Amino acid sequence: MSYQQPHSRVSVLSTSSTSSGEHLSPAASSTRFSLPSIPTTPNALVRPSSSAARPSIYDRPLTKPRPDVSAAAFTFLLSELVQYTQKRVSGINDLERRLNTLGYRIGSRVLELMAWRAEGASKAPKREIRFLPALMSVHTQVWRAVFGKPADGIEKSVENADEYMIIDNDPLIERYISVPKDMSQLSCSSFTAGIVEAVLDGLGFPARVTAHNTPTTQFPSRTTILIKLEKSVLEREEVLK
Amino acid sequence: MAIFGLWVINKAGGLVYQRNFADGLAQLTSNEYLVLAGTLHGIHAITSRLSPMGSSSGAQVIEGESFKMTILLTATATKFVLLTSLAELNPENTLQKVYEIYSDAVMKNPFHTPEMPIRSEGFDTRITTLIGSGQ
Repeated sequence: MSYQQPHSRVSVLSTSSTSSGEHLSPAASSTRFSLPSIPTTPNALVRPSSSAARPSIYDRPLTKPRPDVSAAAFTFLLSELVQYTQKRVSGINDLERRLNTLGYRIGSRVLELMAWRAEGASKAPKREIRFLPALMSVHTQVWRAVFGKPADGIEKSVENADEYMIIDNDPLIERYISVPKDMSQLSCSSFTAGIVEAVLDGLGFPARVTAHNTPTTQFPSRTTILIKLEKSVLEREEVLK
Repeated sequence: MAIFGLWVINKAGGLVYQRNFADGLAQLTSNEYLVLAGTLHGIHAITSRLSPMGSSSGAQVIEGESFKMTILLTATATKFVLLTSLAELNPENTLQKVYEIYSDAVMKNPFHTPEMPIRSEGFDTRITTLIGSGQ
């Protein structure tokens, strides 16, 4: 009995993964022995709770905005995310770039979801083709979808025609983060910058987006998201004028 | 009515945060504070085993002639200690708020290493707002 059970599982596995079971060494079979039990246990644990309590995230309707998420859970997750990233980089620039990449993955999904919702909600859904309305929708709708409130301002750079800024006085991402003095250049809002970059990219306004700390006495964690548009976007804007 | 000092002791008995708020405490070096915190950790462990009625969470208030020491033990075995005057109203409440700030500004900060000394600007600022400026 005690022999047959592992044997039967090994044979099941060996037919699925390799063509011949004889080649399996004892060591390999003993490590594979634990494999079949892994997928079965979590399934057994998850299935009753998800079907009985409430539909899983994949079964919920997309049209309805989801109810509020716990801010504490979010900040803990973000904190782990930053720690995880920090362990794998060498230097602040690298860290910001990685956070940007992580945000990018969220941004592309946010854009898709927003477009989908807008299409379902309005009779004449419209795609923004000019930059300023697109920037406004990032400032208002994207911020509201991701952070629950619109950003606090949009500015246009005086010096460079291709630079625009979105300003958040108290970004949720930075609320509980105290950056040590030796890393004062770091802005964890690079994550937000990644989201913005993805949304603009998806809308057809390729840009390089970075985050910068611009504290004031009233808002110590005030952050500026700097958008540097690519030349092609400006040229197209000229044509559309 | 005055709050003299605040200590945060990690679960191993190490002092991870110490700040004075009012004059009157003896000036001690950081090493002496470490020793005191370690000793308090030991005393607390002893008091938690003295209860005649089963398990106990240990000492909560230690009172002297001129001051009072209020201890809050959290579920994760971190201890918050508040040194106050005898007349201080509701130090437990203050400690609860300190705990709240700690969980916000320290535990959610990715640049803090658990069980290590607290060097978080946000924690300092919010403690200052709660208790008042110190040294």
